[in-house]
Amino acid sequence: MADTIFQVSDLRVDVPDMTRKPLFGAAPRLEILKGVSFDIARGTVLGIVGGSGSGKTTLGRTLVRLVEPSAGRLLFDGQDITHLSDADMRALRPRIQMIFQDPMSSLNPRLTVGRTIAAPLGAGAGDPRVKAALEQVGLPAAFARRYPHELSGGQRQRVGIARAIAMRPDFILADEIVSGLDVSSQAQVLMLLEQLVVELGLTLVFISHDLSVIRRLCSRVIVLRSGEIVEDAATADLFERPQHAYTRELLDAIPIPDPSVRW
Amino acid sequence: MLDGRGLIRRRAGARLWLSGLWLALFVLAAVLAPLISPQDPLAQDLMLERLPPAWMAGSEPGYWLGTDSLGRDVLTRIIYGAQVALAVALVAGLATCLIGSALGLVAGFYRGWADRIISRIVDIWMAFPPVLFAILLIAVLGTGLSSVILAIVIIDWTRFCRVVRAETLNQSKMDYVHSAKVAGFTRLRTLLSEILPNVLPTIVALLTLEMGIAIIVEAILSFVNLSISTDQSTWGGMIAEGRTSIHQAWWVLVFPLIALFFTVLSFAQFGEGLRERFDPVLR
Repeated sequence: MADTIFQVSDLRVDVPDMTRKPLFGAAPRLEILKGVSFDIARGTVLGIVGGSGSGKTTLGRTLVRLVEPSAGRLLFDGQDITHLSDADMRALRPRIQMIFQDPMSSLNPRLTVGRTIAAPLGAGAGDPRVKAALEQVGLPAAFARRYPHELSGGQRQRVGIARAIAMRPDFILADEIVSGLDVSSQAQVLMLLEQLVVELGLTLVFISHDLSVIRRLCSRVIVLRSGEIVEDAATADLFERPQHAYTRELLDAIPIPDPSVRW
Repeated sequence: MLDGRGLIRRRAGARLWLSGLWLALFVLAAVLAPLISPQDPLAQDLMLERLPPAWMAGSEPGYWLGTDSLGRDVLTRIIYGAQVALAVALVAGLATCLIGSALGLVAGFYRGWADRIISRIVDIWMAFPPVLFAILLIAVLGTGLSSVILAIVIIDWTRFCRVVRAETLNQSKMDYVHSAKVAGFTRLRTLLSEILPNVLPTIVALLTLEMGIAIIVEAILSFVNLSISTDQSTWGGMIAEGRTSIHQAWWVLVFPLIALFFTVLSFAQFGEGLRERFDPVLR
C-alpha cells in the first residue's frame, strides 16, 4: 500500500450562524462539515466535487489549516495537526501548499511576480529557483519583473502554480483553480497541471464543481453534499457506476458535445 | 493599452512638475531665508509704513511687495514665514503620519481588543471640534513652535488612523493574505511585507495632504495669536495683522494668503502626482 500523506477522520467544522443569532446570547452553530473521513495516498490526485455550499472549499481550507476544525482528527504525514498552533504550523507550511481560486486577489498586486514566488522561499527575486519555477509553468523568465495586473488570467494562475511548486511541497491543494478562466485558458492550465503531476509526482487535492475537469486529472473522487461524503470511489468506477443519486445528478449535468445537433 | 493610463500619466506629469516646482521654491526660501531676503524681517521704520508693492505709485525700491503698518518688508516676512511653515509641515506631518498609520494598521489587521480600543478613542477624538481642541491644547501646553506641532499631532492622528484602518481591513480580506499564511509568514511579516506595500500609496497621499493641513492649522493658531511669538514672522500672523488694515494696505493680507494657498494646494497635488507616477498598479 502506498503511504498515506493525509488521514482525515470524522472531521467537523461549524461556524456561528449570525442570521439566526438571538438579540442576547450565543448564535446557533451552523455545521459546514458533518464528520468527514478519508485518506490521501502520496503521489495521487484526489478530486473533491460538489455543488455550491457543499463544503468543499471549507474542507480544502481545513486541510491546509486556514480553517480551524471544531472536532475530529487531521493527520499529516503521521503528525496530528488538528489543533496545531499557528507558530507550530509554520514549520510544516513549506510542505503544504495551496493554489487559490482567484489569481488576481491571491497575488499581491504591488509585488512583482519574481518577489511573489521568491518570498516564501526566503530568497530574492533573482533566485534561480524563481526562474526554474516560471519555466516549469511555461512562462518566460522575464515575467519575474512583471506585476500581476500586467498578466492575463491564465498567466496569473500559472504564477500561482509556480509559487506552490517552487516550494517543492509534499502536498498541494488546488481550489477551483480554473473556474475563473475562459475555456481555452482552462484547458491550458489543466494540461499544465496534468504534466506537472506526472513530472514532479505531485500529491494533489483538486477541488471543482465540474466533473468533466475532475475526470481528466484525478485518480479518485470524493463527492460532497451538505458537508457529508456521499460517494468515495476511483474515478473510472464513479463515471461507470455512480452509486448515489446525487452523483448521477452531477454526471447528468455535464454537457456532452453532440456533433449531430446544429445551431 | 486603451484604459486611459497614458492620459493619467500625462496629467500626473504636469501635476507633479508644477507642484514640485512650487514646493522646491518654498523649501529653498525657507532654507536660504537670511541670504535671499531683501530686508531684515524685524526692521521697523515708521517712515516706510504701508508702502505699496513695487509696481504701484508711491513704492520704494527694494520693497517688492510693500510694507506693513510697522514698515516691515512683506516679501521678507513671507520668506521667513516659510521657515515656520516648513518646520510645521515636515515635523507635524511626519509625526502624525507615523502615529496614525501605525495605530490604523494594528487596528485593521489584528482586530480584536486592539481595534476596539483604538476605534473607540478615534470616535471620542472625532467628537471634539478640532480648532477649539487646538486652542484648548495650546492654552495647556503654552505657545511656541513645539507646542503647535504637538497640538497638530494630538488632534490629527485620527485622520490617518481611520483611513489606514479601513484600507488595511480591505486588504486583509484579500487571498494574498491567506496565501502569505500558507507560505508560512508570521503575522507581523504579513503585515509589513504584504499589506503595508498596498496601503502605502494611501499613506503617502494622506501625508502630503496632512502637510498642507498642518500649515493651515498653524496659520489658524497664528491668526488667533496662539502660535509662536510675534518676533518670528508666520503667514497666519501676517494675515491676522493684515486684516486690521485691509482697506489701507490690502497687500499685507493678500500676499501671505497667496503663499499659503499655493503651498497647501501644491502639497495635495504633489501627493496625488506621486501616487499616479509611482504606484505600480496605476502605472
